[in-house]
Amino acid sequence: MYTLGIDIGSTTSKCAILKDGTELVATSLQRGGLGTGGPEEALSRLWRERGLSREDMERVIATGYGRNKFRGADGEVSELTCHALGGRFIFPDLRTVIDIGGQDAKIISLTADGRMSNFIMNDKCAAGTGRFLEVMANILCLDINDLGPIAAKSDKPAPISSTCTVFAESEVISQMANGVEQADLVAGICQSVATRVAALARRAGITQRVCMSGGVARNEAVRRYMAEALNTEISFDPRAQYFGAIGAALYAWRQADQVYSGNF
Amino acid sequence: MAEEVKKAPKPVDVNSAKYKLGKIAADAYTDAFQAKKEGKIVAWVSSNFPVEIPETLGIATVYPENQAAGIAARGAGERMCNVAEADGYSNDICAYARISLAYAKLKECPEQEVAMPDVVLCCNNICNCMIKWYENLAQDLGVPMLMLDIPFNPDYDVPQSIIDYVSAQFWDVVAKLEELFGLKWDDDKFQEVTGFSCRASRAWLAATACAKYTPSPFNGFDLLNHMAVMVTARGKETAGEAMETLYKEYMDNHANGTSTFRTEEKYRIMFEGIACWPYLRVTSTGLKSRGINMVTTIYADAFGFDYNSFEGMIRAYCSVPNAINLEKSRDKRIKLCKDNNVEGLLVHTNRSCKLWSGFMYEMSRQIGEACDIPVTSFDGDQADPRNFSEAQYDTRVQGLVEIMDANKAAKGAM
Repeated sequence: MYTLGIDIGSTTSKCAILKDGTELVATSLQRGGLGTGGPEEALSRLWRERGLSREDMERVIATGYGRNKFRGADGEVSELTCHALGGRFIFPDLRTVIDIGGQDAKIISLTADGRMSNFIMNDKCAAGTGRFLEVMANILCLDINDLGPIAAKSDKPAPISSTCTVFAESEVISQMANGVEQADLVAGICQSVATRVAALARRAGITQRVCMSGGVARNEAVRRYMAEALNTEISFDPRAQYFGAIGAALYAWRQADQVYSGNF
Repeated sequence: MAEEVKKAPKPVDVNSAKYKLGKIAADAYTDAFQAKKEGKIVAWVSSNFPVEIPETLGIATVYPENQAAGIAARGAGERMCNVAEADGYSNDICAYARISLAYAKLKECPEQEVAMPDVVLCCNNICNCMIKWYENLAQDLGVPMLMLDIPFNPDYDVPQSIIDYVSAQFWDVVAKLEELFGLKWDDDKFQEVTGFSCRASRAWLAATACAKYTPSPFNGFDLLNHMAVMVTARGKETAGEAMETLYKEYMDNHANGTSTFRTEEKYRIMFEGIACWPYLRVTSTGLKSRGINMVTTIYADAFGFDYNSFEGMIRAYCSVPNAINLEKSRDKRIKLCKDNNVEGLLVHTNRSCKLWSGFMYEMSRQIGEACDIPVTSFDGDQADPRNFSEAQYDTRVQGLVEIMDANKAAKGAM
């Protein structure tokens, strides 16, 4: 039995297909999230590359900020539950998820048996989110995906405010004008995001195992600074950006399985 | 999603609590206009100022906080905030203050007109922003300001020194009002007013305590409307009678298995903070559509002042939620959660109210731990609509539901 999860975020759309709730058989990612053609394109790519179709899916669950607007799903679940499920699917002993997406950051606590027990999210400010990195990458004329590798070359990150994206932007510009090395600047930017989110994480409480999810998890420098700030090991899996979609597919499978077993 | 039971609209029942309370709240404004017309004294009063003073002296009252909430709920919050901001007030300042200061300048706002004051009566037991707000009102309007200083109490109990300090100020304010406006304090009238205030408060607190029943006989959002009477008219005889009607209706609902929460009550939560007035419908629907009843909030109980002596009255005004320390605030809320079988806590991080929202970060964590309930918060504002995001609210409420569901499933599996 195949189930599909689609995670429609603020900047990207991700899909994941599970077979029998245990095997991750396909993923796809498309730039463009809520309010764009991203979700449909992510699905088209998935069908095209895997030779599957919507009819092959027993159940489809949407998550992310676009979950309520997406018409092609059988149900919707918050990305909080999905990141918890998806993270636990990859790391069975997971207790804390640090998810940094395009427009928000969340810390999700799980019980020993895998239930989401609490969560904390950022406020309306974009500092400490993927958008912050995007804005800073634009100022520096860099690709957001290059920030991590560039930051790795620095051993003295430039101090950048984590309070406000707009203030940080002018701070970066003045640091550039002062001739601060690009690598130090980028490292400072990554550290700024990590510091901001680490403060949220401390409020939620950190229990091992800890992992990062969301697009920003791919940034090795943010992961490293996060681990330093929290003084803890941060687990990472290359599929971190798909945790929401994987969790949605798993949720779909559990619902479908309950229908079959008569417990739904 | 829980299915709502649609009912045909009922004809207006003049004996219902809803009608009586709505009329008292509306009359508070018209009475002040009438008093002004008759040349009587009108005061603008902060919400937790001892209402016993103006009521005993026969001063008509207007509550700028209540006016600002009404203006915000009717969609004019941003317009009025813009007026204040254009005059140099930061948008970090309380939106009630900005709206009130804008009204003091414009002297009109169709969403809620009020009679202009002859004096402003300020008490800072709700916050210290109130002091500067009222100082500016007094200066802009050219009227005197009388201040009753009730400082934030860092101790658990109210010390006698504070009781003495506030008592002395109480009589000082009375003497100043007598002198300013040629009024005469009447002890018999004072006793009568305190009786009205306590009667209304007792009935109000008894009504809100009906949330202990499952299902609750009322929708918690009702409290946010009814409490207007406790803010603006708790010292009037009619308030006590109307609140007793409300209490009786809730008890009848409980006996009959009915409720003003007209859908299945799947979850019971406590709401923390002042209502998000510009988005009252959105925030209410976001809960109700999921079967969440906001059964209790400290905000409603904050306006119930029950006492049996002068000192008790002063102690009550020194014990309002924003004047007490974190531990006492926490314990009051834990009691509400436990008394009312609350399963989750939704915190409004209210950009206007730095004091309240500031200490909620830690307090909500302690409440969550003590009551073993999930806690979530959303950003918003009591009156400035620019500080709220519906998508963010929706995700957090849904996350809260999913945890409450998982908790129920786990308990069921035990």
